[in-house]
Amino acid sequence: MDSSLVLIAVLRSTLRQSTPITLGALSGLFCERVGVINIAIEGMMLTAAYMGYMTNVLTGNLILSVIVAVLSGGLMALLHAWLSIHFKVVQIISGTVINILAVGLTGYFYQPGAVTKGKLQSVTVPVLSDIPIIGDVFFNNGPLTYLAVALVFVVNVVLFRTRWGLRMRAVGEHPSAADTLGINVISTRYINVVIGGMLAGLAGAYLTLEAVGSFERLMTNGRGFISLAAMIFGKWTPLGGWAAALLFGAANAVQTQIQFSGNVTIPHQFIGMLPYVLTVIVLAGFVGRARPPAAIGRPYEPE
Amino acid sequence: MQRITSVILRRYIPAAFARGLIIPILAVFTAIVVGSIFMMINNYDPLAAYGGMLDGALGSKRAIARTILNSVPFVFGGLSVAFAFKGGLFNIGGEGQLFMGAVAAAWIGVTALGIPPWLHVFLSLLAGCIAGAIWGGIPGALKAFTGAHEVITTIMFNFIGIVFAGWLVSKGGEGQKQGPLVDPDPMNIVPRTAEIAESARLPLLEWGREPMHLGIILALVAAALIWWLVWKTPFGFGLRMLGLNPSAARYSGVSVVRNTVITMAVAGGLAGLAGTVETLGRNYYFAPNFNVGYGFDSIAIALLGRNHPIGVVLSALLFGVMDAGSTRMQLNAHVPSEIIKVVQALILAFVAANEIIRYIYRLRAEGEEEEVVLSTGWGKR
Repeated sequence: MDSSLVLIAVLRSTLRQSTPITLGALSGLFCERVGVINIAIEGMMLTAAYMGYMTNVLTGNLILSVIVAVLSGGLMALLHAWLSIHFKVVQIISGTVINILAVGLTGYFYQPGAVTKGKLQSVTVPVLSDIPIIGDVFFNNGPLTYLAVALVFVVNVVLFRTRWGLRMRAVGEHPSAADTLGINVISTRYINVVIGGMLAGLAGAYLTLEAVGSFERLMTNGRGFISLAAMIFGKWTPLGGWAAALLFGAANAVQTQIQFSGNVTIPHQFIGMLPYVLTVIVLAGFVGRARPPAAIGRPYEPE
Repeated sequence: MQRITSVILRRYIPAAFARGLIIPILAVFTAIVVGSIFMMINNYDPLAAYGGMLDGALGSKRAIARTILNSVPFVFGGLSVAFAFKGGLFNIGGEGQLFMGAVAAAWIGVTALGIPPWLHVFLSLLAGCIAGAIWGGIPGALKAFTGAHEVITTIMFNFIGIVFAGWLVSKGGEGQKQGPLVDPDPMNIVPRTAEIAESARLPLLEWGREPMHLGIILALVAAALIWWLVWKTPFGFGLRMLGLNPSAARYSGVSVVRNTVITMAVAGGLAGLAGTVETLGRNYYFAPNFNVGYGFDSIAIALLGRNHPIGVVLSALLFGVMDAGSTRMQLNAHVPSEIIKVVQALILAFVAANEIIRYIYRLRAEGEEEEVVLSTGWGKR
């Protein structure tokens, strides 16, 4: 194959693979920045992927399908918030509940053979899409792909430049100080965890409504966990998370390419493993230190 | 109605016994009720469904044998999580440890060593246990020396382990070499190891004519050993102390580093044995596609069993029943077997947030209860 075609294929695949991870990383970010661990991105994504898909099957309305997906992600997050904030269940256990529940519910209500009425189509940006290679890769994508990239910058501004973001960070770093200053810790946590769930929902919507167009059992296939890894690898920042998602997407794209190229001897599995290994290395502080929000994992006990 | 149940519960069940069992039993009961609501939403008959499940799991000697066999990996997995919990650590890496254990056991199992069968079985078991222990021990060491939280590292090690085990038995192709442990028989197109030698298979127990391997005995022995280790040894004392009050433990001279590594290694070894007994007792080869979601199920089992070996064995049996009965349930009542996952998630939710159960059944709080301080933060402890 022509090498520029290979490059375009790999880059396009990188972007496609990274989109749900980017959104998942933002989801984790919203939860963890207010001090709630979210290992349930996977379950929220899966639920939303299913709900978006079924809405599409039943109504054929793609915009409504995306909205339903986003809301169902938010609903799962509300359950996570209720268990972990109200009942003070260990957040990892509550996340496990969501993950098992999502597998069960989506599998139980799954209808084999349901047919959708189309998926979100690529939108070509005029002029920019004519640039060789870059145009093809970046300006000829589905709407949720653009939205994911836009959200990275929006979240970055919200988190570091707005009052809302300052409150989030205060609640995640030092909830009792935030409380003293009149910030409602509990409601801040609830709202942001639900927003996080909605972002995971968007990732699910991307899978069934833009990328694949249909639903399979367990189709998230670990993307929620790799999102969690991307968030940590990106040191709990939106831009970092995005960069990590792109890197992980690239690892995936290269892995797929190697399987079919025929002249690379490194086992493709080793490249597929890279994101996880890198995350462990960063988390262990061998390369820079990833510092989580200080109050993470602890239920808030007002004094 | 609620008042009546509560009176009955309080009056007729001995207090001390009830204290440990009441929440888990009510959690399971409530989850089953909610599960039947889900069934009714889709116009299924819950009684037929649960009846079919019990019939499929306990209806015949063969069914009971299958149920017990299904429970064996759950016992190991539940013990693994419960043991780590006792030391304030969260082992969410059961799945990766199970894969590493299974593939290591198969590796020794396929290697014809020309040694007596009991030794071959023992070495295969040991290999699986050690592989799991390494896969749990590394996250333990990372936690102890660098503060990298074991939840994230074990999740990452799940994926690394699963992909690595997959590579070991991959078929290669397009310029890629095949994995070192793949079945050399060219007629076998499935990516898996060769069948393990007869001498490495777990001996079958005489139980009527039903197949039943030694795994169940091993699981019970493991449960007893863990009980002894946690409650009867100085190591266990330090472990529980770390779980209950890490700073008190540190000041009284318990080595946090040593304990963290050992705890995670033992937990990993137990999960590794889950994969090992499946390989040596049931499948007779390793293929990288078994037991999805096992790590999460183990968490539910440990919590339902209140992190006590006896409780773990009982809840593993319950999960074994659900697992073994789900096929019959689907056959008899046409209920998709995934409903079991919904019920299991609800059980976990109700056990973890037992205030919900207390509220429904108007139970008073239990008062003093051992509460493990999990190292919830992502940082050093």
